[in-house]
Amino acid sequence: MKLILIRFMIGGISVSTFALLGDLFKPKSFAGLFGAAPSVALATLALSVMAEGRDNAATQTTSMMLSCVALFCYASCVSWTMMHRPLRTIWVTFLFLPVWVIVSFGLWSILLK
Amino acid sequence: MLVKVDASRLNETRWHEFAVRFLLGGLITAFAGIMGHKYGASVGGLFLAFPAIFPASATLIDKHEKEKKERAGLNGHGRARQLVSVDAAGTAMGSIGLFVFALVIHETIRDHNTWLVIGGATVVWLGVSILIWYARKRM
Repeated sequence: MKLILIRFMIGGISVSTFALLGDLFKPKSFAGLFGAAPSVALATLALSVMAEGRDNAATQTTSMMLSCVALFCYASCVSWTMMHRPLRTIWVTFLFLPVWVIVSFGLWSILLK
Repeated sequence: MLVKVDASRLNETRWHEFAVRFLLGGLITAFAGIMGHKYGASVGGLFLAFPAIFPASATLIDKHEKEKKERAGLNGHGRARQLVSVDAAGTAMGSIGLFVFALVIHETIRDHNTWLVIGGATVVWLGVSILIWYARKRM
């Protein structure tokens, strides 16, 4: 429980810091780079190395590479849809989350399972 | 267009919007840890590139742009959608940088100092992302 709380605090701080940096920059396409900042990864990997060792962190980054492909697909779908369809942002960003799930778990089950 | 820092943008963000990002970031990091503990590091690692706060950030961009246009007596729906689209395109470019971040850590974490590896990989993420953004701009 204590470790989960530590993860929560470090993750919250890391994610909000990168989001804050993204808010500062113009143009928006540049600020968007911070939407793919390694905020969750920094908090998780540092703790993993300390608690479970380097091999654990290396294993996590193998899967992370696959979910980066999924993030690329998700962000591309959102970008195209928002540009070409008059839909609400909140719906588009949530409705495409299954794209991330399908691509990341699909690649994981094909390549790593 | 050159990259500019606009600190006035921070005044547009309210405290509860910062709190939402903190909460979502904390939750997904804790969730990644729980998944890793329960189903193994391989499954937990997938959540390190989950678009945790993307929906919240995109909704904020949309809301702020609409408010800005409404203050000027205009309808900001179209412009807000365009900005969210461009922001998402930036995230797609950043995800390539994030892939390289993971690759660098995967290749070096076993043999080198942890903090040096993680710090170096973060610099590589930023460098690769900026390079891709710049190349895309020049196209």
